[in-house]
Amino acid sequence: MTAILELRNVDAAYESTQILKAVNLAVEEGGIATLLGANGAGKTTILRAISNMMVRVSGEIQFAGRRIDCKATEDIARLGVAHVPDGRGTFLDLTVEENLRLGAYTRRDKGIATDFDRLRGYFPHLMDRRRQQAGTLSGGEQQMLAISRALMLRPKLLLLDEPSFGLAPLVVQEIFRILRTINRNEGVSMLLVEQNAHLALELADHAYLIETGCIVMSGPAASIAREDATRRAYLGY
Amino acid sequence: MQGFLHQLLSGVANGGIYASLALALVMIYQATHHVNFAQGAMAMFSTYIAWALSDAGVPYWAAFGLTLLFSFLAGVAIERIIIRPVERGPALTIVIVFVGLLLILNSLAGWIFSYTIKILPSPFPSTAWYGSKYLSPHEVGMIVVTLAILILVFLFFRFTPLGLAMRAAAQNPVSSRLVGIRVGWMLAFGWGLAAAIGGVAGMMAAPIVYLDPDMMSGILLYGFAAALLGGIDNPWGAVLGGFFVGVLENIAGAYVVGTELKLTVALVIIVSVLVFKPAGLFGRTLVARV
Repeated sequence: MTAILELRNVDAAYESTQILKAVNLAVEEGGIATLLGANGAGKTTILRAISNMMVRVSGEIQFAGRRIDCKATEDIARLGVAHVPDGRGTFLDLTVEENLRLGAYTRRDKGIATDFDRLRGYFPHLMDRRRQQAGTLSGGEQQMLAISRALMLRPKLLLLDEPSFGLAPLVVQEIFRILRTINRNEGVSMLLVEQNAHLALELADHAYLIETGCIVMSGPAASIAREDATRRAYLGY
Repeated sequence: MQGFLHQLLSGVANGGIYASLALALVMIYQATHHVNFAQGAMAMFSTYIAWALSDAGVPYWAAFGLTLLFSFLAGVAIERIIIRPVERGPALTIVIVFVGLLLILNSLAGWIFSYTIKILPSPFPSTAWYGSKYLSPHEVGMIVVTLAILILVFLFFRFTPLGLAMRAAAQNPVSSRLVGIRVGWMLAFGWGLAAAIGGVAGMMAAPIVYLDPDMMSGILLYGFAAALLGGIDNPWGAVLGGFFVGVLENIAGAYVVGTELKLTVALVIIVSVLVFKPAGLFGRTLVARV
């Protein structure tokens, strides 16, 4: 297996505050990696560093064999990195359909109608609300919309920032089930940032633990889930 | 009654100009969250370009088209060169830049074209069949042209991918970048479009107010009143506000305060809206569930 995304010795800072220190991380092609850690450990910052958004980055970030660490956010998206940011990044004033069309903005092909059908397979309820203003959707529906918007880019890599945040457990389980299906059906690689370590470790095949800006442990998700000491120390269950 | 109808309809005609200018103000407000005080001066400068072209013998509608193109490009250039560096600056900085832009354009127009009044003729001949005792042919033409431009702008924003991307970029720049939209260019296009719409307002107003570097200062006040009345963040409210202000100004001028005090109507509207209903009549309250 080759890595679709690779971070080598990445530092990142907001203004003068250093957040990430020498982070090394990889996502396998077609695989799902998860990034676990406490609040403020730097999980979101890693995703922002990959998208070159709001942080100053040094070090090397490779996507699909080319360096992206000095590219602009919009150019990274155009290469096929779809980022579902924390807070979901929904265009609240626009309709569901307009949100989805924006997801496909950089594509010039005519396949948008078939993509709507494809999404209907994953999120039937959402697609029934195509004309509704996105701000009026429930939290779960907005998360589904954010994932759908990202899929409209036809990405090679999906960056997910806490898709479970603020949602009811049943909804979270449904979203994770759909993420697995998407990964299998479409071969999209994923980097998942999560607080819900239990679910994330079930979904992912590789896991990284991050603490105060440093990766302190990594390995196959299954073996990390098995190690009682780690689980208690870092994941709190 | 006939007199009233005449005042009412020519109010609608003037309203088209205010509506266009208000729309231009709102477009820039949505992108920068500041009121562009130079909007009137930009429109005035565009009108001089139209005058220079017609003076050089270019037929009116060709000059009209070329002026729109020039205004668009100039608007884009102003955003990229002058506004971009102060975009993230404090509000006062941006306001000062707008005022500076106004003064520069004003003096530049006086310097290049002199301060003597010029006449940009109306493209609608005064004997045309669509004139009537209520509306002169120019007023009819003005209504048609401004409405056509407003409808085109609406269709552009509502139905084209670029229009959608521009709305998205103004609303949520961070998310827009994440879906690959070049936000900087979208804001620049917004300026270009606003400059072109303002140019239409200037060219339509010129045969009525005559062309000099201060021609738009009164009109900008009405446009500003219209934008505030409709809700500074709502383009369609601003357009309706424009027609409303046009009618109100004419009726008040004819029957209440007299023509000399007409401009006060705009100021009264501005102050009352700010005091009693700062969001404007159609300022949208966003419905959001979290």
